[in-house]
Amino acid sequence: MVVAKNVFKFFGKKKVVEDVSITIPKGKITSLIGPNGAGKSTLLSMVSRLLTSDGGEITIDELDVAKCRGNDLAKKVSILKQANNVTLKLTVRELVSFGRFPYSQGKLTKEDHTYVDEAIRYMELEELENSYLNELSGGQKQRAYLAMVIAQDTEYILLDEPLNNLDMKHAVQMMKVLRKLVDELGKTVAIVIHDINFASCYSDYIIAMKDGKVAKEGTVHDMIRPCVLKEIYDLDMNIEDVNNNKICVYYA
Amino acid sequence: MKLRWKLLLLAAVSLLLVAVYMLTNAGGNWDYILPRRGMKIVAMIVTGGTIAVSTVIFQTITNNRILTPSILGLDSLYMLLQTAAIFIVGSGSAMMMNRNLNFLVTVLAMVLFSGLLYKLLFKKEGSNIYFLLLLGLIFGTFFSSISTFLQVLIDPNEFQMVQDRMFASFNNIHTDIVWAGLAVIGLGVIVMRPYLKYLDVLSLGKDQAINLGVDYDRVVKRLFLIIAVFISVATALVGPITFLGLLVANVTYEVMKTYKHSYLFAASVFISIIALVGGQLLVERVFSFTTTLSVIINFVGGVYFLYLLLRERS
Ligand SMILES: Nc1ncnc2c1ncn2[C@@H]1O[C@H](COP(=O)(O)OP(=O)(O)OP(=O)(O)O)[C@@H](O)[C@H]1O
Ligand SMILES: [Mg+2]
Repeated sequence: MVVAKNVFKFFGKKKVVEDVSITIPKGKITSLIGPNGAGKSTLLSMVSRLLTSDGGEITIDELDVAKCRGNDLAKKVSILKQANNVTLKLTVRELVSFGRFPYSQGKLTKEDHTYVDEAIRYMELEELENSYLNELSGGQKQRAYLAMVIAQDTEYILLDEPLNNLDMKHAVQMMKVLRKLVDELGKTVAIVIHDINFASCYSDYIIAMKDGKVAKEGTVHDMIRPCVLKEIYDLDMNIEDVNNNKICVYYA
Repeated sequence: MKLRWKLLLLAAVSLLLVAVYMLTNAGGNWDYILPRRGMKIVAMIVTGGTIAVSTVIFQTITNNRILTPSILGLDSLYMLLQTAAIFIVGSGSAMMMNRNLNFLVTVLAMVLFSGLLYKLLFKKEGSNIYFLLLLGLIFGTFFSSISTFLQVLIDPNEFQMVQDRMFASFNNIHTDIVWAGLAVIGLGVIVMRPYLKYLDVLSLGKDQAINLGVDYDRVVKRLFLIIAVFISVATALVGPITFLGLLVANVTYEVMKTYKHSYLFAASVFISIIALVGGQLLVERVFSFTTTLSVIINFVGGVYFLYLLLRERS
């Protein structure tokens, strides 16, 4: 369980995250939604110690993120940011192998290679495994990065807009992989996501942020309602039931 | 395997150049020539190697391939120290005449300066390395301005001495300081060893490094200190020569095409030997000392730098 208690973050004088308390439940997919600039990425970065918080406390399974040893945390939680651009001459397989660094410090064992193979298979990257990263499309790169996170084999996986750059097919594939990670391997996944319909179809729990605060949180059933979404996005939406999924229609 | 072969080839070329430098044009005076040239070669390997390795480390930390550690202001501090010494105590003083003393004082001052800079910066945790670079740049410019100011004031005869120090030179290296430099660098290598494994991960960027469990602030701070020690020793040995690093590091990436620092380091040392010994051969045998090595290095480096900039843009 990830627990944030009264967390703050300032950039200069600007309050970007203000007195946020959330709980990310274990063994579930939690989606963070909200308009641009709401503070979702900032919150996720603080949970994953990429940013230090300016107040409050964040714990992962009772471990204080600010005090825990970096390498121990790296075996417990992984983070993938919104934008990843590497100019290195690096193959997909080499990138995925980096996921094993917390365990082997760069000297990969047989076991590590098994994890790398599995992660590559999981993301269906076998054919690309020897391609160089800078020669891949945005979506392929995104999948390679996720494979690295899978190889890192952490209980908690935090992803900032993992559907960035993905076409429909691969977006669906990505969400299905996340679902599998949770259902089959018992991982806990938290994602920042803008596509409200993906959030509706695949998540167990939704946290909505606005202006640096938690606007509302709850199950899909509680959250995907016209009045709630109107409050968050200031946009009128129709919500239809399609095959037992709630689909928001707001395009026109 | 392919990487090994490349390394072997580089090693062979380095060895060949060293052999040519040592063994040709001796004029029969072996007892005199060999030790003298040997010393120069050792000095070139020491300075070239440290500059190359510290540039590679620096570029990995900053994730930028056109920055050199000279941005930290150490070159300018070196010039200021030399100019100030001549201005205050004169060229005939122990500080200027005794190379050992000069070496010791310069290295100490440069390391101390870097230490202070980092203390100032890393006191607040999680500080931005670009702020460090900015600060280094500002100090560097400040030091250069004072040096220029002092140079205008000093006696023209004394200025000659300043000018000697302005360009890197391997022509009058003293044995004692080479050994002292080697000792300091040996110590640096021992301190550096446990941090080497982090470099590959650091090249993925700060966020990925933290994600993969690197204690980023601590590791980067150590690496910066090692860079400072290396650059200080190399600069105190032969003069300002950090531009060499830009050239060597980028040629290394181009040749090796890998992110693995164990290979990058080895290759960069060989390439710096090729550049320096090759350059020195040109200076001594082709131009017969009418130009200096640093002029050649700066010229080639400058052209290459322009090429890099133009390529980055397209
Ligand atoms: N390094 C920074 N310095 C100053 N302000 C920042 C910084 N990073 C983020 N901000 C500000 O903090 C606010 C929240 O940013 P954040 O990236 O968390 O938003 P977000 O909810 O992830 O938005 P998006 O959906 O566009 O990704 C924004 O107003 C942004 O301008
Ligand atoms: Mg964001």
